Amino acid sequence: MLREIIARLKQGHRTMAYPKEPVQLPERFRGYPEFPARVERADGEACAAACPHGAITCDGGIALDTGLCLFCPECTAGEYVRFTTDHRLAATRREHLLVRSGGEHQLARPLEPRLRSLLGRSLKFREVSAGGCNACEADTNVLSTIGWDLGRFGIQFVASPRHADGLWVTGPVTENMREALLMTWEAIPGPKIVVACGACAIGGGPFAGSPEARDGVDGILPVDLYIPGCPPHPAAILDGLLRLVGKIEGE
Amino acid sequence: MNDIFRTLHNGSAIPFDEVPRLEVTAFLQAIIDATDRGWRVSSYFGIPTESGATLCCVLSSKADGLIGMAAADVAGSFPSIARLVPQLQLFEREIAEQCGIPAEEHPWFKPVRFHHSFVPGRDAWGRNPGDPILPGVMEFYRVEGEEVHEVAVGPEHAGIIEPGHFRFQCHGEEVFHLEISLGYQHRGIEQGLVGGPDPRTPFRMETIAGDTTIGHMHAHCMAMEALSGTRVPARAEALRGIALELERLANHTGDLGAIAGDVGYLPTASFCGRIRGDFLNMTAVLCGSRFGRGLVRPGGVLFDLGEAERDDLLARLDAARADLENAVELLWSTPSVMSRLENTGAVSADTARELGLVGPAARACGLNRDVRHDYPYGIFRMAQIPVITTHHGDVCARTTVRWLEAGKSLDFIRDQLRQLPGGGCRNEPGPLQGNRVAVAMTEGWRGEICHVAITDDAGRFLRYKVTDPSFHNWAGLAMALRGEQISDFPLCNKSFNLSYCGFDL
Ligand code: SF4
Repeated sequence: MLREIIARLKQGHRTMAYPKEPVQLPERFRGYPEFPARVERADGEACAAACPHGAITCDGGIALDTGLCLFCPECTAGEYVRFTTDHRLAATRREHLLVRSGGEHQLARPLEPRLRSLLGRSLKFREVSAGGCNACEADTNVLSTIGWDLGRFGIQFVASPRHADGLWVTGPVTENMREALLMTWEAIPGPKIVVACGACAIGGGPFAGSPEARDGVDGILPVDLYIPGCPPHPAAILDGLLRLVGKIEGE
Repeated sequence: MNDIFRTLHNGSAIPFDEVPRLEVTAFLQAIIDATDRGWRVSSYFGIPTESGATLCCVLSSKADGLIGMAAADVAGSFPSIARLVPQLQLFEREIAEQCGIPAEEHPWFKPVRFHHSFVPGRDAWGRNPGDPILPGVMEFYRVEGEEVHEVAVGPEHAGIIEPGHFRFQCHGEEVFHLEISLGYQHRGIEQGLVGGPDPRTPFRMETIAGDTTIGHMHAHCMAMEALSGTRVPARAEALRGIALELERLANHTGDLGAIAGDVGYLPTASFCGRIRGDFLNMTAVLCGSRFGRGLVRPGGVLFDLGEAERDDLLARLDAARADLENAVELLWSTPSVMSRLENTGAVSADTARELGLVGPAARACGLNRDVRHDYPYGIFRMAQIPVITTHHGDVCARTTVRWLEAGKSLDFIRDQLRQLPGGGCRNEPGPLQGNRVAVAMTEGWRGEICHVAITDDAGRFLRYKVTDPSFHNWAGLAMALRGEQISDFPLCNKSFNLSYCGFDL
């Protein structure tokens, strides 16, 4: 016992101060995009054609869909797109993931008041990996470690859908997991919410177009929170969650 | 070495027509003889043809440090030799499922991933081509008799974990047999690569198994570099090695914590959960992604390491080493923990050899096999990492191997950071040469990863075969459970910590 206590003292208190203080992100982290240069139409169209994941469109100005983007270091849009270290990527509506030059940064919005009061101070998710590569899963899991300590916000991942308020989906929804996903959704008592965590769950990610998967959750279940990234940084996930439950507001 | 197989070095390419095309009986006999002599089957796959398939077998000979390859054409079906060479049983089922031809007299002939074959309308089990194929729908092995009962778990499990189905045949608490049925994560990776590579290929390679981004991507790049004749700068090789060992450290640390958690020992569980993140964050210092996404690309790496980042990494490494030692030492000095780890889920060396286990699971049984050492590639041609083995093959041995390997990885990274070679970190790769085959193996944190790429006339992939270490090792977990208490399943499972998506592809 003494040994455990000494070890505990050596390891120290490690839960981060976020959201009271800013989160530490690596300098090379690729987060919310911006458009540093003015894009002529022809260049914008070339960018759109070059992105292998179909994340860039150009009609009346260049736009980047963070739901499809894999935040590649070798981004084919070159100098026209720059990724900042802003981790606030989550959004509550699919169209809010479309970032336009000069457009407003659409942050995730709180759940409607009736649902929030029903949930009280607790929000519980049942996670289903439907073809996830274990990266989204791992960085969701990490939120429950002592560094992030998700429990302090009343948010928890639970073992049974019957105990859950929502479904947390990772992966592009493989053919072989579709039925299990739907059964889990059915088993969650309503009202219930759905989170699409990661590029695969939003739009298929690297597996978009595969005949063995479904290009994400949209069209299968109604999604309440989208968290972009391949995989999303834990800070991006937490930002989305805390905004959803109204624990972070505004900038 | 043997003159039947065409031999090649890890990470090299040869003209595909130099791979001997044998008559099928001679081909199978050669595999039986080679495995009798101690060679391992690293990969065995089919290229679908109009009438059947061209079977290709990739064996590795530790004694020679070489890879051997041979092929044979079959029509309609192919003979199974799994009874003689058990490490082939899953490969043969995979060939049957992918090429749509049955493996005759296979002792355990069931689907692997539950998908339609690569050849429309052809099915090894004679299922109607128009019907959907449902995962987990097959004959499970059953033990019958009074007091015998069956426990079925999954595809979904209690935690945030990938899906898979487990069937236990039990007598009271005792497990007679565990059957594992996967395929839920199947994303069609190999089919999707035919005709490739295309600009999306690297992203699919990095997500074959997301916790093994570097391991798989490195193997893919080696195959691409061999096919295009691209030289990789020394600095890039060192940075790839650092990233690979950081990946190993993060996962081994996570596993040490998870094993502690499964025996209810929370101090190590919670400390390691956090320290794992420290290693992931070091990978993010390298390339911005905690999983190493976007770091490794054909020809080298996309990010160089500056002085400041190097010093930052060295400091982080020291701190993490101190924390990890402190956290893990607790395990060894707590008798109640040790008594749960020792003699639980043991796999014998013979079983491990017959099943062809790889990685820490094999080394825990005393099998000295490690791609970094046996078929050196990249930085490991210059800097050796000692191979760790233990004997008992139980949960404790698998835990010990992870812990000792973590120490070696820490030493390796520190040394590499201190003596990073100068020069650039990427050469632009040229086009792929046609009609060639490349074999690339790396030692991921779970063990041997094998990528085989075969190009057509135009230099496009005719076939791309991926073998994740979990493909070899799931059978090891099933064997570890025999005669154990069913309540020890989570602990045994954690001690293997195998990949579902890496297996399912
Ligand atoms: S980062 Fe990648 S996915 Fe995103 S816009 Fe650029 S090329 Fe497309």
